[in-house]
Amino acid sequence: MIQSRTGQVIKVGIAQLDIVKMPDTIRTSGLGSCVGVVLYDETKNIAGLVHIMLPDSSLARTETINEAKFANTGIKALIDKLKLAGSQPSRLKAKIAGGAQMFKFTSDKDSMRIGPRNVEAVKNELRKNNIPIIAEDTGGNSGRTIEFNPDTCLLNIRTVNQGVSEI
Amino acid sequence: MNEIQKITSLHLDILKEIGNIGAAHAATALSSLLARKIDMQVPKVEMVSFEEMMELAGGAETVVVGIFLRIEGDSEGSMFFILPIEQADRFIQSLINDDQFSFSDGKLTELGVSAMQELGNILSGSYLSALSDFTGMKLYPTVPGLSVDMFGAIISTGLIEISEVSDQVIVINTSIFEEGFDNRNEVHGHFFLLPDPDSFTSIFKALGVS
Repeated sequence: MIQSRTGQVIKVGIAQLDIVKMPDTIRTSGLGSCVGVVLYDETKNIAGLVHIMLPDSSLARTETINEAKFANTGIKALIDKLKLAGSQPSRLKAKIAGGAQMFKFTSDKDSMRIGPRNVEAVKNELRKNNIPIIAEDTGGNSGRTIEFNPDTCLLNIRTVNQGVSEI
Repeated sequence: MNEIQKITSLHLDILKEIGNIGAAHAATALSSLLARKIDMQVPKVEMVSFEEMMELAGGAETVVVGIFLRIEGDSEGSMFFILPIEQADRFIQSLINDDQFSFSDGKLTELGVSAMQELGNILSGSYLSALSDFTGMKLYPTVPGLSVDMFGAIISTGLIEISEVSDQVIVINTSIFEEGFDNRNEVHGHFFLLPDPDSFTSIFKALGVS
């Protein structure tokens, strides 16, 4: 794992978001069909991570929503949080990972191909906000644990079957 | 107001009984398949956050063998049979008479994988047919899928439907143990039944409770 000598690892759970500054790193575990979206500002060594479960908040059937759960609201909320921490939205870049299909079988349910839909929704939302995607590791059928270091701006990706990579 | 918030302790007892009947049949099937004694714990029915769900089988990153199927019909939901790698290895080694077989390294064989799939088929089939007999509901399971991966990545597949309605999930969790091993407190496998949010009404109605 990438870990600076003095930094801490900030953990982000499913349908949650958070931000970190160098020398800390930010991490989320066990991404399946969910997508981990990292937004970072190289000039400030600051980064945020949101662990998205669903493509769009219009899918919610509740009155109040957890913004971090959906691609559209989660990315907006993360941009706002990074803005408050002093980064310019125009300097933000993105790295994304996840959106796998863990089980292959036929079902009419839309929820069974949620991974690709999540990836698509994340890309749409980033495009709307003019945030370029610098690197991605999406799709496939493996779970991923990801950790981003705002110092090196590298995203470390661990899978069970394909080992470790860095993008 | 969603249905999940309206559930009372009577409802929880009913769900516990469902877990009890289903898992008892599955444990019996497993026991006779392997000719070993399999014990089960009293089922737990819990309302947990997604984060807490990850802790029910050792954390989001723990590598497990997972069997997953969707239940369709009168009541819908997701069902998982989760085994720690070492336990799945022991079961399959014994089923196919190959003590080299393992899910954890390159020793996966086609025979072993299909034995695991078949085991998943038999166990989920006996769990669900017991459930169907008990409630009188028609339940149609999909063919189970198999994945050897991080628990978080596997279980989140079953949280998608629920996540549209809630940030919490009602899980019917039954743990099984294999007798004859030193550590009796160690859980050797889990059945997780996650009814879809809209399914609770039909389950309770089928059993005459509103």
